[in-house]
Amino acid sequence: MYGSASTHDLPTTAATGLENEDPILLAEFEARIARGEKIEPNDWMPALYRKQLIRMIEQHAHSEIIGSLPEGTWITRAPGFRRKMAQMAKVQDEVGHAQLLYSAAETLGKTREQMLTDLINGKSKYSNVFNYPTPTWADSNVISWLIDAGAIVNQLANAKGSYGPYCRALDRICAEEAFHLKYGHDAVVHMATGTPIQRQMMQAALNRWWPAIMTFFGPSDKMSVHTEILMRWKVKMASNDECRNQFLDMYVPKIWEIGLTLPDPNLRKNEETGQWEFTEPDWEDFKRVINGDGPCNAERIAVRRAAEENGAWVRRALRTPKTQYVRPLA
Amino acid sequence: MDPKLDLLYRLADDQLILGHRNSEWNGLGPILEEDIAFSSMAQDKLGHSLQLYSLLHQLGEAEPDTVAFTRNAPQFHCCQLVELPIGEYDFSLTRHFLFDHAELLRFEALATSTYEPLAQVARKLRGELKYHVLHANTWMKRLGTATEEAIERMQRSLNFTLPYALGIFEKTDAEAEIISTGLFVGEDELRSRWLESITKVVAQTALEMPDVLSLAPVAGGRQGQHTEFLQPLLDEMAEVFRLDPTADW
Repeated sequence: MYGSASTHDLPTTAATGLENEDPILLAEFEARIARGEKIEPNDWMPALYRKQLIRMIEQHAHSEIIGSLPEGTWITRAPGFRRKMAQMAKVQDEVGHAQLLYSAAETLGKTREQMLTDLINGKSKYSNVFNYPTPTWADSNVISWLIDAGAIVNQLANAKGSYGPYCRALDRICAEEAFHLKYGHDAVVHMATGTPIQRQMMQAALNRWWPAIMTFFGPSDKMSVHTEILMRWKVKMASNDECRNQFLDMYVPKIWEIGLTLPDPNLRKNEETGQWEFTEPDWEDFKRVINGDGPCNAERIAVRRAAEENGAWVRRALRTPKTQYVRPLA
Repeated sequence: MDPKLDLLYRLADDQLILGHRNSEWNGLGPILEEDIAFSSMAQDKLGHSLQLYSLLHQLGEAEPDTVAFTRNAPQFHCCQLVELPIGEYDFSLTRHFLFDHAELLRFEALATSTYEPLAQVARKLRGELKYHVLHANTWMKRLGTATEEAIERMQRSLNFTLPYALGIFEKTDAEAEIISTGLFVGEDELRSRWLESITKVVAQTALEMPDVLSLAPVAGGRQGQHTEFLQPLLDEMAEVFRLDPTADW
């Protein structure tokens, strides 16, 4: 699961460094992408492309492991064998996705250890939605269904991008996310059509999560700048607003269908334009949270930091004089 | 208690509680691969416990969900080893090593039980348990021959965990009948096979094997006497289930 929040803020055009690239190689590189070819780890690529991809894949990987925490806390509390086993398998998949993605990012020259260090030092980000709390089982169900649904919208688009190892990782990830979506939907339906306690829990969780879901795809295109070159290089495949609109189109009817409501009186589809209308999310709050001041930022990083510190002796033990770091190939 | 019920409750409760504990490694493993491995083993153990609770249900006990999610600690028959918190990785690994060697041998023996439904389950589970033992052995050998720091940690964990592991083999009043009816070879026999099996692996490391049989086993679990850690675990496990026991979750 993953959102594009804050992934794509580029430096201003003047600082892209493109003027230092070999113009012939650059033209050839862009022509390959335009023809729909994939760029592979040992191929020539502009420094900016490498940098943006590392950043994007790394943030995606971090989102998977940090995202496993809010749902992970419900593994030990999942009600009944069926849910307990499914929740475990689902969260395990997310950690597996992180493993795949760190490998994909490593092909570009940054080690997993370095990425994890940057995560706990706050140098690199992860999807902002995981900075919000999951106080009930129903919150975990909302994540499994709707956050994963959002992630699929995003990832299916990115799987058509230009960097081979990332696309291949995304193909595998999307296949698993499709199961998560079914699991999440099933859990939400059980709650939404269940006893009064269950229905109330589910509606409250949805109300809590809706503002965060609306920011999942990142700031409005009106505010999000500098994406033109990333689109041309097929690093970014769809705009934030396009992804958001597609998500609303696919899931709002499903949410309403099971008798749940959404806490936005302005939410409606404009049949003429085909676009959804809604109350503009609070982007100032979004910025505040993404920059570290959300309800769970400190807790999430503290858990990750503790895991890194407590496990350091194991990693030291695995590093023998005979072993050396090998960059994965794909 | 009926010998079949007695045996099944011990097996099922061990698997459930250790599966639950192993699942707590989510997000906390020393490397991502170990998060994933502990989760796989947790899923297997939970699945094993479900199969065993299903056998109990066939014998007239309540539904698996009811049995697993509504009893309190004194009604549990797990050994105390499985209920201890996950601690640091060296403890969880050592517990996994000591427990799964016993489980593999136990289910290999149960594959020829005179109680055919259990024998059938055992024949299936032993295949999965082989991988758990393979995982444990790989890591014991790797860390038990690695840095001074790792060896010292593993030795400390082995010394701490062994008395609890001996509690796996605590006998109940039904033991004589369990053996005489051919349900199972019995705990003494299992313990001696286990000791041989773990000793072989420890011998391939820099760790010293304590004189196991001179250690006092931490017993009581099979009689419903548990550490202070079990009831909070059960309260957490049932937190949602108990909100509305009539609900279909």
